[in-house]
Amino acid sequence: MIFGRSERGKPPVEPVTLKILVAGGFGVGKTTLVGAVSEIRPLRTEELLTEAGRPVDDTSGVEGKHTTTVAMDFGRITLRDDLVLYLFGTPGQERFWFMWDELSEGSLGAVVLADTRRLEDCFAALDYFERRSIPFVVGVNCFEGAARYPVETVRQALDLDQDVPLMLCDARDRSSVKEVLIEVVQHAMAYGAKRRQSVTS
Amino acid sequence: MSRDGQGRGHWFDDEAGPVVRPYAMTRGRTTSAGQHRLDLIAVVVAESRADDSEADQALSPEHVDIVGLCRDAPQSVAELAAELDLPVGVIRVLIGDLVDEELVHVSRPVPPAELVDESILRDVISGLRAL
Repeated sequence: MIFGRSERGKPPVEPVTLKILVAGGFGVGKTTLVGAVSEIRPLRTEELLTEAGRPVDDTSGVEGKHTTTVAMDFGRITLRDDLVLYLFGTPGQERFWFMWDELSEGSLGAVVLADTRRLEDCFAALDYFERRSIPFVVGVNCFEGAARYPVETVRQALDLDQDVPLMLCDARDRSSVKEVLIEVVQHAMAYGAKRRQSVTS
Repeated sequence: MSRDGQGRGHWFDDEAGPVVRPYAMTRGRTTSAGQHRLDLIAVVVAESRADDSEADQALSPEHVDIVGLCRDAPQSVAELAAELDLPVGVIRVLIGDLVDEELVHVSRPVPPAELVDESILRDVISGLRAL
């Protein structure tokens, strides 16, 4: 059986796709941040933990659970017909770090959301991106009822490099989240330029 | 599922129950031959001959669903998984089948390190500003 290969109408546009990760501790507002800018309701995709051939299959602590799925929330921003940005909320639990490896591969950069009431919750994410040389910015989500600290105080508490942008934000607010994402892209550009320079010099 | 060669012992137990079910759709396969791991943001595009995919008896309903969604507009792997409520691992295998059947093709994302041309990133920034 031979089907015609003739084009019906215009061939579909194949968009360039990019992704930015949103990391941080449990309940810090990752899904809220994704939802604030996504054109679709944050979607949820699941991966089964016991997939064959996983290098890391440490199920300690979840033995009693029947469905060990890892859920990732994600959103989409269509910037142009041919340019789409995806935001992925990384699974909060540390035992799902193998998912981070997959998510972070080929990502443009990351946002690490921090809550000043539980700063230590984002340490793991900071370490992760620092070690893998993935450009990231820290967004301090200004929860109502949380004391506001000067940016420099938070920077010191996190022991952040001076190069890493740190900004106050509101994960519920679209324009605030837009600013954070723009900062990620700008930082990724500067980071890329610096790396190329150090390779060539 | 054949019982031949399984011997006396059970090769799975109750714990495996929820894990086995989704992979029944892939006939137990967890990877697709000759396929690199598809990135979550790799884009799946329907080929023009895919218009006749409903007629293809070899395809499962899930295969047909994937082709159907991609025919409307190219879809990322993550979107297909979310839309069809299937684990990403299962979707990858099914997409691999469709690539083999030449019903879809996959365009892989450009790694940011290879975005030597920074104009794309500038476009991203101006696109975000314009939101």
